Amino acid sequence: MSGSGMLIFLLKIVGALVIAVLGVIIGLFYKGVDRKLAALMQSRVGPPIRQPFLDFFKLMVKENIVPENAVPWVFNGAPVLALVSTVTILYYIPFASIPALLGDSGDLILIAYLLALPAIALVAGGFSSGSTYASIGAQREMVMMMSYELPLVTTIIALGWRLSLAYPGINVFSLEILSANPIWNIVGPLGFIGAFFLLFTLAIVTPAELSIVPFDIPEAETELAGGILVEYSGRNLALFELANAVKMVVMASLTVVLFFPYNIAQLFSVSGFLATIIDILFFFVKLFVVIFFEATFIRVAVARLKINQASVSYLIFLSTIGLMGLLLIAIDYII
Amino acid sequence: MSKSTYKVPIGPIHPSLEEPMTFNFEISGEKIKSIDLAPGDNHRGIEFMGRNRNIIQIIYLAERICGICSASHPFAFCRAVENAAGISVPPRAEYIRVIIAELERIHSHILWAGVAAHELGFDSVLYLSWKVREEVMDILEILTGNRVNYGMFMIGGVRRDISKEQIPRIEKTIEYYKEAYQKLEDVFLQDPSIAIRTKNVGVLTYEEALNLASVGPTARASGVKKDVRQDQPYSAYADMDIKAITPDMFSGKVNGDVYDRIIVRVLEVKQSVEIIEYCLNHLPDGEILSEKKIAKLLGILKKAEGEGVGRHEAPRGEVIHYVKLGEGESPEVWKARAPTYNNLMSWVPMLQNQEVADIPIVVASIDPCIGCMDRATLVDANTYQKQVLTREELRKLSIEKTRRMMQ
Repeated sequence: MSGSGMLIFLLKIVGALVIAVLGVIIGLFYKGVDRKLAALMQSRVGPPIRQPFLDFFKLMVKENIVPENAVPWVFNGAPVLALVSTVTILYYIPFASIPALLGDSGDLILIAYLLALPAIALVAGGFSSGSTYASIGAQREMVMMMSYELPLVTTIIALGWRLSLAYPGINVFSLEILSANPIWNIVGPLGFIGAFFLLFTLAIVTPAELSIVPFDIPEAETELAGGILVEYSGRNLALFELANAVKMVVMASLTVVLFFPYNIAQLFSVSGFLATIIDILFFFVKLFVVIFFEATFIRVAVARLKINQASVSYLIFLSTIGLMGLLLIAIDYII
Repeated sequence: MSKSTYKVPIGPIHPSLEEPMTFNFEISGEKIKSIDLAPGDNHRGIEFMGRNRNIIQIIYLAERICGICSASHPFAFCRAVENAAGISVPPRAEYIRVIIAELERIHSHILWAGVAAHELGFDSVLYLSWKVREEVMDILEILTGNRVNYGMFMIGGVRRDISKEQIPRIEKTIEYYKEAYQKLEDVFLQDPSIAIRTKNVGVLTYEEALNLASVGPTARASGVKKDVRQDQPYSAYADMDIKAITPDMFSGKVNGDVYDRIIVRVLEVKQSVEIIEYCLNHLPDGEILSEKKIAKLLGILKKAEGEGVGRHEAPRGEVIHYVKLGEGESPEVWKARAPTYNNLMSWVPMLQNQEVADIPIVVASIDPCIGCMDRATLVDANTYQKQVLTREELRKLSIEKTRRMMQ
């Protein structure tokens, strides 16, 4: 390996560490903001914004109990897999004007697969914990996965397909290219409505990915006492919490990158380092807005659905909306 | 047990239960195949404690049977003792008793509404309803001195009067709840996400409600027009024309599902407000106690002999207290039957063939009060194992006891 190759390799390792730590911190911070805002909407005082950090440190010093009839290696491995796979997605997402760390070696299709991994880790952990509640939760999580994958993939395919029509011969699933060419710019009025449908689809898939009300069916506190996570404690639970916090950033970033990749630095006619700072700050604002509407607002506004109701609403209603979005974009292209 | 089903225990400790109670479910997929109730985790021997105290001490013990029914139990108990000893209650005291009992009903129903919303995962509504509940807690504190366990009832009347200065404050509360009723109706009866989880869930038919002798809102939601205040008017209720609330008053038909139980309770909040308003406008003057000196009252009760039954329509249904006064200060027998005891078996038809996700809301829908209900449990003194007696065994035991008493 040449000297410069070695340097880039080292830089990437350092970058990976920095992104992992930053991703966790940002995730926990947004989780705190989400909890505070939900509390204010419910006319409560709510916890301080640093509460998720406190929870994390408290969990880390707590005893880590492995149930007697659990399968220890799966039980302990699942939280690590969940966290690692979620953090890995961060390496493929470009943040504001900073390109993704591994942007040239993975695309949206890979992200779609990586997004399924934390859920699979949860299912494995749930089944291996040897509790009836966790088993029911794991069954529900599997049903949820099967239900929300179709609308999610519909959105991804629709965006890539439209882009490939506009610019044949490029990797249309690359997030760099997707964020450089927002869907709104290349479609007409009908396609605009279609793109809005796709945005709606992604926004409704997000609560299920994050397992929050109304789609927290696998955890369902009042029914299953925590469901999948019922036997988890201490370090393992802390890792799951981290994975969930990072996943919130991942899902919100995906929405931002796919649908709102605009930057505002050029409006202030600045360039260089200052522009990057402004773009990053603007990116965080966009993240906040997306999290507010996709997570906080939804979870204070509705009741939890039943598993069959959730499944039907994803597989039939939301898929229909996604496909209608695809159809509108197609019609828009033809006429 | 066939291979296709598995067992899920809910309780004695579970987040969806406010009090200890065990349910053993047999489940196939997400469907409930069979239900086995195993109460007896909350038995505290209150009736036994009562038999070692004098009548006036028992009033405060009866208040503590349950935190929410802390007007209903003493109301029924005082009526039972007054019935046994032939004590009459001054009219003003009757009106004050009814005001306190109806304030408690508002408090209980709104608390239940919040709990039900929490069971559905709708925490915003939990916080909203409990915020609305604060007003009734405040007025109860102003009138009685306590937010719960009011200490208001006394044999032959009430312990505190409602002064002229307090009346405008109560009227303010009435206005507050007239407005809040609209909010509750909007939130619970017009919200699609509550309707989707409660309509056609946990159905109890009219026949089942009759056969299982359900009481209170549980029976009324199935269309059984049963309300002690209507059927056997007592106290100040006799001056009013009270009609049992059934869901067809709001929606035009009776389904007997959880949604109908919500309708009944929300409408009863409105009814209670109207009752309180009537009582305030027609509050008679006069004494609030038939015998002010407690020592003298105790003397009368000590001499009195006989049996008495007191009934009252508690927020959850009919509560009955039975008292047998004999020699000495303490009653020979004191028996309290809370509404949850009647409604317990309604769970079985309600939960049959429902889904796991419906368990919390269906269980909560009868507004269970395990502390009120658990009056007996059978435990082996050596092994601490709970036992269940069949009807035949119970019959054999009763015959043996009768023979022992006749010797």
